[in-house]
Amino acid sequence: MSPLDNSKATDVQGQVSDEELLKRFTPASEVEQLGNLDEIDPEEVQKLRRTGVDLSGSGRIGSFLQTNCNVVECKCGFEGVELLPITEALKKYDGLKEYWWKLVSRDKDTFTREADAGLDNGYFIRALPGEKVVYPLQTCLYIRNENVSQRVHNIVIAEEGSELHIITGCATHPDLTSGLHIGVSEFFVKKGAKLVFTMIHNWGDEVYVRPRTGVLVEQDGVFLSNYVTLKGVKSIQTYPVATLMENAMARFNSVIVSPDGSDIDTGAKIILKGKSSRAEIISRTISYGGRVVARGHLVGDAPDIKAHLECQGLILEEKGIIHAIPELEAHLSNVDMSHEAAVGKIAQEEIEYLMARGLSEEEATSTIVRGFLNVKIDGLPEELERELEAAVAESQHGM
Amino acid sequence: MLKIEDLWVEVQGKEVLKGINLDIGTGETHCLFGKNGSGKTTLLMTLMGFSGYKVKHGRIIFKGEDITHMPINERSNLGLAISLQRPPTLKGVKLKDMLSICGGDEAVGKRLATEYAFGHFLDRDVNHGFSGGEIKKSELLQLLAQDPELTLLDEPESGVDIENLHVIGDMIRRLLQKEQHRNRQKSGLIITHTGFILNYVAADRGHVMLNGQILCQGNPVEIFEGIQKYGYEECAKCRL
Repeated sequence: MSPLDNSKATDVQGQVSDEELLKRFTPASEVEQLGNLDEIDPEEVQKLRRTGVDLSGSGRIGSFLQTNCNVVECKCGFEGVELLPITEALKKYDGLKEYWWKLVSRDKDTFTREADAGLDNGYFIRALPGEKVVYPLQTCLYIRNENVSQRVHNIVIAEEGSELHIITGCATHPDLTSGLHIGVSEFFVKKGAKLVFTMIHNWGDEVYVRPRTGVLVEQDGVFLSNYVTLKGVKSIQTYPVATLMENAMARFNSVIVSPDGSDIDTGAKIILKGKSSRAEIISRTISYGGRVVARGHLVGDAPDIKAHLECQGLILEEKGIIHAIPELEAHLSNVDMSHEAAVGKIAQEEIEYLMARGLSEEEATSTIVRGFLNVKIDGLPEELERELEAAVAESQHGM
Repeated sequence: MLKIEDLWVEVQGKEVLKGINLDIGTGETHCLFGKNGSGKTTLLMTLMGFSGYKVKHGRIIFKGEDITHMPINERSNLGLAISLQRPPTLKGVKLKDMLSICGGDEAVGKRLATEYAFGHFLDRDVNHGFSGGEIKKSELLQLLAQDPELTLLDEPESGVDIENLHVIGDMIRRLLQKEQHRNRQKSGLIITHTGFILNYVAADRGHVMLNGQILCQGNPVEIFEGIQKYGYEECAKCRL
């Protein structure tokens, strides 16, 4: 189901149609391309750093950087992991028939059709069977020119018994405001494998973002997704759908800040298809005047499954809108499914408690907000945890 | 140190304190007795400046300054601190962060937590999943880090198990400089139901509150004995 199908009730006035939106932007392939990494300005390097991407590559096993449609960096220093631009992987593996458009339908909507018809590139990452990598691999999809649409398609495979951490930063050039990012991603977590995927978004104020994501977690596999967007963006619409087989586990954590003028529609659907599978969708959202729709749909389709959904929202500016839509759908009795959702302002007694310890009202508020966004994520390597904390601390500047 | 003059306070439109007068000198510890609903907590919350406690009449003078309408944090910076009976949970704010806020840097909190065998709580969210006794310990650690001149304690012993009572007692003694017999600078105002605190902390004066008024003042141990024997109301009557 497209997220648009069930979002009519919360549609923002003046929203443009998908087709119209596409027409507004110039395809990435038709603009100037970056030749190599050295051409990136220091202020761009800094912005990417705040998006979780370290161009020096320190603390990473490999890096992939695509600006507009050009892949300017693609190297991995670890033999157990294969990293290729998707266009090369398609050639090397004869069209990746087992994986290509298997978890997301080409015909899902205007954007998937666009990605299918005019692919710019994307990444292919594969952890070989049994290979366990603790340090993350970083990928970055970067729009560098004004008013460009970027269309990528990514395939990530964690082969049987492997473990892989990916941190991905998506950003636009610090000087540009407008753009469109279309990203199709298909994640395959094979038997007993573990994939941790942390995505930080850092766009411009007039950027539209349309990820389309599918995830398959096979028996005993683990998929952890962390999604963070803390800066202004025109519109994000993302709704990954994951299917879990026997004893598999998936968790989607989102940390979302919506400044004035931003419209962020996020969430996830998890289908618990295998016996004893477990799922969690957790979101922390803050509106500084923007709109957030926090969706979550858990489908219990097998015995002994356990699933929990949690949406917590803070509205810190009067104009803000947070719309939590938690859904539980059980198809049999032997399931354990729950949800909790809470939206409101910061409790006065929490602010005053901190004031009694010497903080001013503003300091107390920002301490609580920082704490609210600092979701403790189990299973996250220390390295990624630091990245997340840094991103949250960074988001406090200038607010 | 603290002077309360004819203080009248309203909570949610209801008059709760009706003309409180109280003096606490430098280095003195006072105890407040009184049954539930008599206005003890209201008095402490009003002194700290929490919202919802509306001063209709009277003044609060702390260290010579009128703090009746001063913001909470300014009272704190002036040397006033409180241990709440039921403090809120601060999700995502770790106890070590809170102790840094109180003590100005991380080292103070760490040292105190280690001293009171509370180091394993430093990385936990403040009050999240804490037992009653753990909350009290955490509150007192925060106060020790703050090192205030006047400490307001709202039932510091409630929810604390027998084994930990003496630890809580030690912490309060330290806060109030009870080992120092000359030139003691720290003062305290303590609400107690069980009177246990009197076994650990020598208090200078006791006050019995009834219906928003202080009806009896005197030696705290004698007052507490009177309450145990005759009940709050009788105790208040006999001293009138």
